[in-house]
Formats: sequence, C-alpha cells, structure tokens
Amino acid sequence: MDANAAANPEGSSAAHAAGQAQPCIRARDVSRHYTMGPAVIPAVEQVSLEVASGEFAALLGPSGSGKSTLLHLIAGLDRPTSGSIEVAGQELARLSSEELARYRRHTVGMVFQAFNLIATLPVFDNVELPLRLSEVDRAERRARVEEALARVRLSERRNHRPGELSGGEQQRAALARALVNRPSLLLADEPTGNLDSRTGEEIMELIAELNQKLGMTVLLVTHERPLAERFVRRMIFMADGRVVEDHNGAHAREAP
Amino acid sequence: MKLPDLVEMAARNLRNARLRNGLTTAGIGVGIASLVAMLSLGVGLQELAGRRLSRSGLFNTVVVSPWADSRQMAREGGPPGAGGPAGAGGPMGQRPPEGPPALLDETARRAIEKLPGVVEALPEIRFVGELRLEGKSYIVPAGGLPASARDDEAFDTLQGQFFSGPQAAEAVVKLDFAREWNEARPTSILGKELVLRYAERQALTPEEEPGTTNSGSESADTQYGFTVVRREQPLRVVGIIDADPYGGMRAVSRARVFLPIGLVENLNIMQPTDLRSMVQSADGQKTYPSLMTRVADPARVSEVESAIKQMGFRTYSILDAAQSLQRFFVILDLLLGIFGSMALAVASLGIVNTLVMAVLERRREIGILKALGASDRDVKRLFFVEAGAMGLAGGAVGVAFGWLISVAINWGTAFYLSRRDFPPETVSAIPLWLVGAALAFSVAVSLVAGMYPAGRAARLDPVQAIRYE
Repeated sequence: MDANAAANPEGSSAAHAAGQAQPCIRARDVSRHYTMGPAVIPAVEQVSLEVASGEFAALLGPSGSGKSTLLHLIAGLDRPTSGSIEVAGQELARLSSEELARYRRHTVGMVFQAFNLIATLPVFDNVELPLRLSEVDRAERRARVEEALARVRLSERRNHRPGELSGGEQQRAALARALVNRPSLLLADEPTGNLDSRTGEEIMELIAELNQKLGMTVLLVTHERPLAERFVRRMIFMADGRVVEDHNGAHAREAP
Repeated sequence: MKLPDLVEMAARNLRNARLRNGLTTAGIGVGIASLVAMLSLGVGLQELAGRRLSRSGLFNTVVVSPWADSRQMAREGGPPGAGGPAGAGGPMGQRPPEGPPALLDETARRAIEKLPGVVEALPEIRFVGELRLEGKSYIVPAGGLPASARDDEAFDTLQGQFFSGPQAAEAVVKLDFAREWNEARPTSILGKELVLRYAERQALTPEEEPGTTNSGSESADTQYGFTVVRREQPLRVVGIIDADPYGGMRAVSRARVFLPIGLVENLNIMQPTDLRSMVQSADGQKTYPSLMTRVADPARVSEVESAIKQMGFRTYSILDAAQSLQRFFVILDLLLGIFGSMALAVASLGIVNTLVMAVLERRREIGILKALGASDRDVKRLFFVEAGAMGLAGGAVGVAFGWLISVAINWGTAFYLSRRDFPPETVSAIPLWLVGAALAFSVAVSLVAGMYPAGRAARLDPVQAIRYE
C-alpha cells in the first residue's frame, strides 16, 4: 500500500484487517518539522494512519525515516507541527501539558531500546514508578507490581538493580513497568535493538503474548524486518518521514 | 504524585549524591548558624536590657505627683520626688486639670492602691540622719525600701539577709558605709546594733497650737501646724549591698542605709517638702510629694496611668523610654540579621549550583519520569522537595551550630566578667521563635534557590532527555 492509501484510513487494509474494531490510533496529516538554524528538517511529513484496538503493528524503516518521531508523537512526548493524532478517543493536540502527562500515565505504556530503567532503583521500584505517578495506594501498588512482574516472569529479580540484570531481564522489567498501569496502548521503540537475537525473540514473544492475552494494542518500531515478519501482523514502512507502504497480514505470524 | 512519594523519591535522590548534597547542606548550616548566632546576640542583649530595667522596678512603676507640686517644681527647676522629668507643663505634654489641684494625701494614696492592677503605692522617703555605731557617729542619707525591693538586682549579691518585716527595726547598709566603719572586715557590721537619730514631724493639736495672733476670722483648720522633735531609733544591721537599688535611678537609690518603708513611715520623719505641704494642706494633714505606684503587670501601666490622671494627678512611667529602647533593638536585630544572612545568601548559591548539577546529571531520569507520565508540576515539586529538604536539614544543623556559638558567647562573656569580678550575664539567647523562624527562613531561602533548577528540570524535553546515545 502506498502513502496515499495510508492517508485514507477508511480504505486502508489496516482498518479492514482489524475488522470492525474501533481505531485505537488515528493520525491525520501529521507533520513534525525541526528547525535547526535557518534549516527546517521534516522528520515526519503528512502521515495519516489508523491502528485498530488490539492490533499488533510495526513501524519499519531505515534510520532517520521518522518512525521513532512518529512514535513519540503518538506517545504524547512531543507535539506535531501540524495534523492531528487521536488515541483512544483523545485528541492529543487539544490536551494541555498536564492532561498530556495524564494521558501518558493512563493510556500509554512505553518501552525503549535503552530500557530506560532508573539505575539507582531496584526492579520493583522501577515498575512501581507509574503507579506512584498515578497516585495509586501503596497496598494496591504492591499487588499490581507483583502481577506485572509475574507476567514478564521476573518476580524473583524484583530486588535487583538494573545493573545486576541481563539485557533481556532489563527489557522485561521495562515491559512490566509499561503494562503495570494497564494501558490500552503499548508503544515499543526498538525493544530488541540492544539484545541478541535469541533474547530479542523472547521479548517479541512476550510482547505478542501481552497483545493476545491482554488485548493491548501494540505499535512497535523496529528495523529488524525478519523479526517483525515473524511476530507482527501489520508492517508499516516509512522513509523520509512518510509512510511508504502498509503491509497487512502479508506475512503470517509464526506461532511463538 | 502524592507528597509522601515525592519525599521518598527526593530522599533517595539526595542519598545518591551524599557528598555533594551533604556539603551543600553544611553550607546552609553555616549560613543559618551565622544568622542564628547574630540574632541570638541581639535577642540576648535585648533580654538583658529588659531584665535589668524590669528588675529595676522602672517598667512597672508609675510615679504619681500632685499638679500643685508640678507647677511649683517647674518654677524651681526640678521634679517632685525622683524619677519624674523636669519641665514646665508636666511630663509628656500632660496638662493640669481645671480647678484646684488634688491633694496627694492618705485618702488619695488609698484610692490609688485600690485601682485594678495596682500592687502598692508607697511614698519615696529619703532623709538625712545620724547613725551612731560603737561610739562613732556618721551623718548619712537614709531611705525606706518596700519588700518588693528584695527582687531588685542590687540584692542579688546581698550579704546577710533582707528585712524580716515591713516594721522590723532593721537596716541594710551599703558596702561603702560598712567599709568606712571597718575597712578590713566590712561584713563584721552584720548583727551590730546602731542608733539612728532623726527629726520627727509631730502634728500639733488645736490645744498645742501657738496663740492665734492673726485675725479671729480665720478658720481653726488653717491654724494647724507641726513641730519637729529629735528622736532615736535603735536598728540592727541585717544586710550589706554593694549596688544601688533600682539601678541608681531613684532618689532613694542614693541612700547609704536602708530601712523597711513601713518603719520609716511610722517614724514620721521630717521631709524637706513638709513645710510646703503644711501650707498647702487645708487641715495640716500629711501629703506626699510623690507616690511610687507599683503595677502588677507592666502591660497595665498605661491603664493605671490613665486612671490616676482621672483622679487629678500627674504621672510618669518609663514606658515611653522602653518603647524607644524596643525600636533600637529592632534596628539592631535587623542589622545583625542582614550580616547573618550574608552567609546564607552564599549558601543559597550552593543550592542553585547543586540542583543545576543534579538536573544535568539526572537529565535522563527526568526524561524517563516524564515519559512515564510525570507532569511538569511533578518534576518541579520533586526538585522543590529536594531543595526544601536540604534547607530543613541545613536549618537544623545551623540552629544546632548557632546554639553552640550562643553557648560559647555566653561562656566567654561569663568568663570575661568573672575575671573582672562581675556576676555572669546571659548576652546571647535563642528563644523558641528564633529556632522556628531560622528553620522556616532556611527552607524558604532553599525553595527560592531551587526555583531556577526546578523550572529548568520541568521544562526539559523528554524526547531529548531519553534519546539513546
């Protein structure tokens, strides 16, 4: 599918593939330009996209294609220069800074290539952070952290600091932290980029499991096409800040 | 984020950079210690001055005198009794009431003593008498002291004891008098019996009145007068004092021998003002040139003064002088506070520096927090809590150091004074309000210092902060 097709959500294969499910992400003509001195750099240019609720999609493309920037815009970490992004019924452009923070707390869970765990905190405290930010009571926090750690099979490492964990364990801790607040959308920015292929597969299996069992919508950024082909139903290709191709179900996901 | 969580996170962050935060906190501590030490000196000196004045009996004393005396005294160039300021028209711009001046006699004295808040109204009696002691004769100024004078600081170093009662035939002598009597062993005067020879004022009855040679039209009342008789009163020396009572600020302070005021009143000793009193008094009854009215609470002095003025007398108290003194100490405290705050100002730059460093170092962590849903406000509050915690800890350390400095100042002063045979004085004091104010000021300064770093942390772009390098 070309960019124009992607710009027309109603006719997109993505929407079709997701059946009649409500779109979780709806991006329309989204652009993000950076100004560096006199130069204006278009990181994302006129992207329109829909991801249905419960869908597992991947953004692929070479470095500098704008996939991470688009992910950050959807995560509410950045604001587009133009266009609109609607996630779970919330128009991000209309949200104040405080509302955007609340959106990041409750609607979105994020994992990063560099894990981004706080090095001075043990795993348990790292996973607990989003709950503290959401002002969840201490007793409930404990139960939910334990549940999240159990889901990523990291309960026994709860008291270890990130430096004492392997890369795969750190990413599992990051996944536990991302899902502890029970978000409807999981955004993963190169989650396997810092892992060996076997560990990367384990992480992808875990993400796929979260998608299947919890019904969590997943949007993944990766440049590892073979891995994406194995796990992801829909692959959206970007280049030069634009969506250039949107493969839906072209590559059947192998069972983990 | 809830406050307990913020505090927990802030404490963890502060622990992670123990040395740097410890040094910053120590810097605040030094600043607060300097401020507390300076202000404790101001407070201590103020308390010392207040204590001295309060114990001198000046703060709770209203000097009452009749307007008649005032007019006359103004012409003669001096106030009646002591303590009252000279000046035409009366003290503090008071104006005499219309009509004949009220007599400050026994009736007026009782009325004044019945006023709410008044403890006693006593005449100030000072006279010159002859003392005979073991064959030697001394002409000395003597005075009467009330029981309340026992609290005066002149009696702090009393050798022997105070009067056993208001009518006791006892005397307390000044050390210089005791030395005059026995240079080598002045304290041997204690317990000695001495004889006071004085001039007694005896009222004449109508029968005793000398023949009325004036016109027979005059009322019998106006013919009353008095006679003066030499009397002797045995006294036992019970105490020796070195300093002048009432801080040397009253006429009676300058006496060398003191008797209980009740005894002195009963002796009916001739006073220099008796001649004028006889002329003024309609029936020859005794009047007082002034009465020292002691008020229970210095705060009620104004109220008592007003009531006495209503009775037709003029009053004087040191309240106005005390207010001037208070103004002086406010300015002194301000200056000391400014000097003390300079170290704190330098310390606050340390907080700015430490927190700016923390923002730079924890850039990624701040980005992660924002990515996880921390609002700008959450991040700002986190840094404020860290700044406030450093301020509170620094304040506590500073108050403790300030207290040590204050103790050292007092110890040094006491040592210095003792070397010069003076009793120890507390010149530095840290009241509870100063502790609270120092802690609050420390936290406030720290929060102000934390504003810039906190704002900078809150404005941090999370995308830039967590960018993988």
